[in-house]
Amino acid sequence: MIYQESKILLEVCGLCATVNGIEILKGINLTIRSGEIHAIMGTNGSGKSTFAKVLAGHTAYKITGGTVTFEGKNLLDLAPEERARTGIFLGFQYPIEIPGVANNQFLRLAYNTAQVQRNKDELDPLEFDDLVREKMKLLEINPDFLSRSVNENFSGGEKKRNEILQMALLDPKLAILDETDSGLDIDALRIVANGVNQLANKDNATILVTHYQRMLNYIVPDFVHVMESGRIVKTGGKELAFDLEKHGYDWVNIEQPAIAGT
Amino acid sequence: MSVVTRDSYLKSLLQGQSQLSASPLERLNRLRANAVDRVSTLRMPTKSDEEWRFTDISPLTKMSFQPMRIASPLQISDVEHFYLAETVTRLVFVDGVYAPHLSTKLPDVSKDSGFVVSNLSATKSEILTIIEPHLGHHTEFKDNIFAALNTAFLHEGALIIVPRNVAVEIPIHLLFIATQKEVTSHPRCLLIAESGSTVTVLEDYVTLQEEAYVTNTVAEIVLAENAVVNHCRIQRDSKKSFHMANCTVSLARASQYQSISVAFGARISRYNLNLLMTDEDAECVADGLALISSHQLADTHVFIDHLKPHCTSRQLHKCIVDDAAHAVFNGKIMVRQDAQLTNSSQSNRNLLLTPRAQVDTKPQLEIFADDVKCTHGATVGQLDNEEIFYLKSRGLSEITARNLLTYAFGAEIINRIPIESLKLQLEQTVLEQTRKN
Repeated sequence: MIYQESKILLEVCGLCATVNGIEILKGINLTIRSGEIHAIMGTNGSGKSTFAKVLAGHTAYKITGGTVTFEGKNLLDLAPEERARTGIFLGFQYPIEIPGVANNQFLRLAYNTAQVQRNKDELDPLEFDDLVREKMKLLEINPDFLSRSVNENFSGGEKKRNEILQMALLDPKLAILDETDSGLDIDALRIVANGVNQLANKDNATILVTHYQRMLNYIVPDFVHVMESGRIVKTGGKELAFDLEKHGYDWVNIEQPAIAGT
Repeated sequence: MSVVTRDSYLKSLLQGQSQLSASPLERLNRLRANAVDRVSTLRMPTKSDEEWRFTDISPLTKMSFQPMRIASPLQISDVEHFYLAETVTRLVFVDGVYAPHLSTKLPDVSKDSGFVVSNLSATKSEILTIIEPHLGHHTEFKDNIFAALNTAFLHEGALIIVPRNVAVEIPIHLLFIATQKEVTSHPRCLLIAESGSTVTVLEDYVTLQEEAYVTNTVAEIVLAENAVVNHCRIQRDSKKSFHMANCTVSLARASQYQSISVAFGARISRYNLNLLMTDEDAECVADGLALISSHQLADTHVFIDHLKPHCTSRQLHKCIVDDAAHAVFNGKIMVRQDAQLTNSSQSNRNLLLTPRAQVDTKPQLEIFADDVKCTHGATVGQLDNEEIFYLKSRGLSEITARNLLTYAFGAEIINRIPIESLKLQLEQTVLEQTRKN
């Protein structure tokens, strides 16, 4: 939601990045204020997932130009774990499976890392169990989920719910959800979207990276950005997503020269 | 009688053999004599032997070992930290010799419907006919110097007989404790699971000192029709010791054998596991973990022989190799012509933590039947960067992320251990041994 006098959380100016020498991001500009929900849409290969990973600090990408400021700090100076601790969360498109580590063990480790950062007490297993079970209700997660290995043999829907559960525990200032809707059936999508909506407040912000408009039926964005060839080529309100759904991404390309001219 | 060997080292390994008292079991005396004869025709393997290509045991042959002469006076308080929290039936052997005062009260064969857990040398005459067809019949020593040596010293050992249709609820803990340096021991186990029986056995090798010694084990496990055996084998010998082991398992129709073998200790260890699927519908699982560092060498050779149709075998063997340690895996799955509809999978995964760490892996599949489903494969690598990034994106430091993933790699096997307190204990060991600062 757009609030009066909300502060700028994230400022991206002219961001360029390469992977294996190939330029993927070619000058991205984006400003996000607290309280806002932004959707970044685009075709496969438009660079939207790369943008999400670059913000989280993935080391496979080399920054070749531009700046990224998060709450006034230079984000590009920070390692991925420092970005996480400063309040950035990336919900993965393909969450990693870790056989051998129980989910509750992993969640508590991540949660306590955040607690230390917030100058709060770490929770012991019993205290944490109470907390995590409370958060799990929000996402309608089965309790056996805690004793299973992290994401191992989870369905697509369970993996994505586990991502949102981590987000709920870490309470980030900026959540970047990379194709969180992919691989979800309609019920799981509703549950996940409901979780995201409940976690959104006036002090945090959310970026939804998605190919399809359907998640935006459940999470209403304040801004919709369309990416194409490593740039944001069009920005609008939530109605832009409907136009894209109706006309397809080619419609933006036809529109683009007019936008560029304004 | 003088023993002529081609190898004076082997002769030295037979020291003390002639002083063994004759067993009341004629079969045992005969076996011993045959084994001594056999030792005289064999030699220590070298890297020029195909089966020992990657495992150089010359450090063993440069040292001198002999059987324990004076028993260590151990009290329960010296060894109870090795006991499990669960109620178990426990047989304890100290430097190869049965220690009744450290063992639990054993079932009485006359009262307990034929359930036997006892020292082999104290076998009662009424059960001789049960062990006669099995003892020394499964683990061949014809071409196996270590099995021959073990058999030459066959005297005491663990004997377990689970009678027909009996499910033994509490695990059996076979605890082999090394207390003296430069000593060699030859632990022996015979497990007979009669038809429809169920049992869980832990074969556990531990030490009270960190010097060099030799443990040379033979285990024979026989599953009759519909028997179920859970077998955990934990090798946590001294890091200067040598551990040579042979285990042969024979599976009859519709029997199920599940095993987990874990190697933490020994300077050089070698575990030969032979699984024979002798009749239809048998199932076996042979999982393993070697977690080694410094200059340790851990070699696992598993041979799964599918002789009959409709059998299933599954194997996941993992190695975590740190420093300049060296892991060897050789997994051979044989599917005989008669073994149609075999379902077999084998996977060997190796994690190398340093550039000096080494692994030699050789998964082999030989199929002579035409309607089977078999998969096998091996991976060797470092930690995955995507996995590290995932954990870092949750705020974990690089080192915490690496430690957690290394731990998880080993814990995947440890988690499968069916004895809860042992599982927790070994999880802790893996956690400590994989933690770096």
